[in-house]
Amino acid sequence: MRCKKMVDVGRRQFLRGGALAAAGAAVTTVAGAPAQATPANAQVDYPSSRLANIADLAVNEPLDIEYPDADSPGVLLKLGTPVEGGVGPDGDIVAYSVLCPHKGYYMGYNAEDRTLNCPGHFSRFDVEAGGQQVWGHATQNLPQFTLRVDDKGDIYAEGASDLIFGRPSNVL
Amino acid sequence: MAYKRQIDRLPIPPADAKVHNVTCHYCIVGCGYKAYTWPRNKQGTLKDNAFGIDLGQQQGADGTWLAPAMYNVVQQDGKDVHLAVVPDPDCVVNSGLVSIRGGRMAENRPSRVTGTQQQRLTDPMVWRNGTWQPTSWDDALDLVARVTARVVTQGSEDDLVVSMFDHGGSAGGYENTWGTGKLYFQSMKVKNCRIHNRPAYNSEVHSSRDMGVGELNYSYSDYEVTDTIVMVGGNSLETQTNLFLNHMRKGLENGAKFISVDPRRTVTINAAEEIAGKDNVLHLAIKPGTDMVLFNALLTHIVDQGWTDDEFIKASTFQGGEAVAEGTGQPAGLGSLDYAMQSCRTTTAEAAEICGVPEADIIKAAEWIAKPKEDGARRKCVTCYEKGVIWGNDNYRTIGAIVNVSLATGNIGREGGGCCRLGGHQEGYYRPSDAHVGRPPTYIDQLLISGGGKVYHVWACDHYKTTLNAAEFKRVLNRRSQMVKDAIDAAAGGSREELVDAIVSAVNAGGIFVVDVDIIHSQIGQTAHVILPAAESNEMNLTSMNGERRLRLSEKYMDPPGSAKPDCLIAAGIARHMERVLREMGEDAYADQFKGYDWETEEDAFMDGYAQGNPEVTYERLRAMGNNGVQEPVVGYEDGKLIGTPRLYADGKFDRHGRDDKKALFCAAGWRGWQAPGKAQEQASHKFWINNVRANIFWQNQFLDQDNDFIQDRFPYPFIEMNPDDMAELGLNAGDLIEIHNENGATQGMAYPTDTAQRGQVAMVFGSPSGSQGNVVNPGVNELVLPDYKHTWGNIRKLADATPQARAVSFKSKEYKA
Ligand code: SF4
Ligand code: FES
Repeated sequence: MRCKKMVDVGRRQFLRGGALAAAGAAVTTVAGAPAQATPANAQVDYPSSRLANIADLAVNEPLDIEYPDADSPGVLLKLGTPVEGGVGPDGDIVAYSVLCPHKGYYMGYNAEDRTLNCPGHFSRFDVEAGGQQVWGHATQNLPQFTLRVDDKGDIYAEGASDLIFGRPSNVL
Repeated sequence: MAYKRQIDRLPIPPADAKVHNVTCHYCIVGCGYKAYTWPRNKQGTLKDNAFGIDLGQQQGADGTWLAPAMYNVVQQDGKDVHLAVVPDPDCVVNSGLVSIRGGRMAENRPSRVTGTQQQRLTDPMVWRNGTWQPTSWDDALDLVARVTARVVTQGSEDDLVVSMFDHGGSAGGYENTWGTGKLYFQSMKVKNCRIHNRPAYNSEVHSSRDMGVGELNYSYSDYEVTDTIVMVGGNSLETQTNLFLNHMRKGLENGAKFISVDPRRTVTINAAEEIAGKDNVLHLAIKPGTDMVLFNALLTHIVDQGWTDDEFIKASTFQGGEAVAEGTGQPAGLGSLDYAMQSCRTTTAEAAEICGVPEADIIKAAEWIAKPKEDGARRKCVTCYEKGVIWGNDNYRTIGAIVNVSLATGNIGREGGGCCRLGGHQEGYYRPSDAHVGRPPTYIDQLLISGGGKVYHVWACDHYKTTLNAAEFKRVLNRRSQMVKDAIDAAAGGSREELVDAIVSAVNAGGIFVVDVDIIHSQIGQTAHVILPAAESNEMNLTSMNGERRLRLSEKYMDPPGSAKPDCLIAAGIARHMERVLREMGEDAYADQFKGYDWETEEDAFMDGYAQGNPEVTYERLRAMGNNGVQEPVVGYEDGKLIGTPRLYADGKFDRHGRDDKKALFCAAGWRGWQAPGKAQEQASHKFWINNVRANIFWQNQFLDQDNDFIQDRFPYPFIEMNPDDMAELGLNAGDLIEIHNENGATQGMAYPTDTAQRGQVAMVFGSPSGSQGNVVNPGVNELVLPDYKHTWGNIRKLADATPQARAVSFKSKEYKA
């Protein structure tokens, strides 16, 4: 139930656009920006964020997550069948950004055919096929978060495959 | 596994980046973009940047975002610069929206740095010593001119066959249609020519024009204030994406009803239902090719119910019975409404039977179009149509039947009205008269197949992917052009004179000398003996108008690859070499006809052509009009602004047919079943109707997208949408490679299970590099040589199991499901 609510809050926030700036400002610290004097690395340093424990996941029940920071909503899913890029003992756990890479609307999960669907302009993405855009206007597939599972079954996000909507850098 | 860009940050355009106005050069909508360029060693910051916003904050929905596909590194004035091409929120066409095509404009620019579009041609090439060798412009053009001049002087200009684009955007536009038009229609009078997408030189909408109604008569804003949108054989969410999302959508949100006439359920219908609610959307899934009957029944019902706009009919349409008789080159009579009704009269019951849709739905459609509102006010209705009927059965009469309904209801020239084609490319046609081509024009593909023509100039057309009867066309052109390649190879080491002699003997013996002007080495380009590299929009200044006649100057911001040039300057180069060679040959009078091409830039070609007919319009003035441009026709210039025309025929005077009375004509659209030869028989003897469709993800025949990983990853083979039960019956799984075959040839693609597909109907994507749908389309055309690509039947068999590439893609429904 908590998830459902978060989706709604998220949707309100993200549809409102500009209003989220204030909400977001305080929580971007996870980014771990390099200190002034340090030369920048060639690659963005991603935070390692614990998203959940395997025990928290039920098959095909989306869990709302935020990664790499609180302004970037995502979804964590256990699909029940192994998929490419899936982690965990069953190779079936995946996570994606849920901001549509077209114009940044907040997408909803259709559990029936396992797609993320965008109310903005009707794009849809296949969570079982690496976030491939099934049909839509985005010029890229969905950013998929790189996951790691530790011995305790804790699931960490530690990277992203594509640029997240609405930012020049995945880590701000 | 889905294609991942593995990009996690992008350079930020600095506040002082150069900004250029760009009109998307892909589809007819012509969305506005801004191209930012800045030096390689500079960048903006989160707070101080070209967008003027704090990029350190997550942007909300609809916010500004530079997606990776909108970024590249290109050459500008010989230097590598950063490039960002982002949608313009202030352009009234798209209001900041992007589509999956236009959003990749930057990524589809050639870049030696990022490696994109390395398929682009950089230098002229000639067939020499068994392959294509790069060479100079002068060398290549000299050969073109010598062979062309020899052939047309020994024989006639009828021995020169020309395929040339007639559109705006891409490598078209007023500059380039003028350059090619001046060469072939003024310096020469070439009559054996055809257009990029049809096998003759003709209009796609003859009947609308003959009725007095130019086919692009509305403003996109009309969709926002109308009561009903009727879409016939169109799929705008995919093919005019931001027209649907930015204009039709607003109409639907304002309460408009939506009627789609299409045998196939499209994503446009799905989206309309999401926006307007299912009750306000009517899908008339008619039997293929029966559109005319439906519109005749709508007209009949509207007339019989008294829902016609009698004042308009009286004031603006012809009253005296027959105005133009049916005859050769005239597929239907034209005249008054009463006159047309004698041929059109069709009851809703008859139409229900022929079209295979419920009679109640036809009546409902008529009501949505024309039944006055409760307070007696008339309903406003926009009608739009595209390839489903343009490339459909009995083009002339079918489009006539559609325009009839709009005329009878007074829906042309009025706010919230319009009866328009949706369009593919933008328009950008400005050429000398084509009257010498004749009506009906020559069926060029058949001319070439039957051995006609000796020299063939091809401008930015790849008929190998897109023409009808393509299998035979390719077989013959391959053979004929190979004869010339063999002759060139045999003449290796000889003088230029000996080479030209060898080529001319080969063409006299049935061969054909092919000159291909294109931006890439295309499939038809494989037959070429000379290949000339062209520039396109973004690499040249280019003017076009969109589907509401909105004229813009899309500015050049980068260099063309290598020594590629705009087509207008290539045409000028051919003309100059023709003049020189003809003079050498002692043909002075003929040589004089090739004077007048001393253009140095595309702007010179624009001033020589378009600006002669439209003296108010200059590059400078267009630049000042920015991405909103001006709607043609331009009628003046005041206070530093070009004055345009938001809507044609607002005064109720119709002139597209050239009649002095300026009265619109109705079309006597009598139904005659399958009009094009061979269609009825093909239908009777095959199991599947092979619909020929477009997809938003591909621009045109994929000429750039074939080299784009994101696109090819999604559909590594052309998709063929198919009902799952049909697939089961043939033992097919998702992604299996299948062959469609009939008497015309065979083609292949991958089966895409689609639960909304009707049994016995498949939808194959058009123009694919790895499976030409045209291979199986029969040569049947109408009286004016308009092809009926849409009506093809074939059988299907499995070729192979899905390849690993095909297995990795998603086969889920394309329809949005909340
Ligand atoms: S809708 Fe058409 S014009 Fe607009 S961005 Fe897409 S392809 Fe370009
Ligand atoms: S924002 Fe998702 S489809 Fe446009």
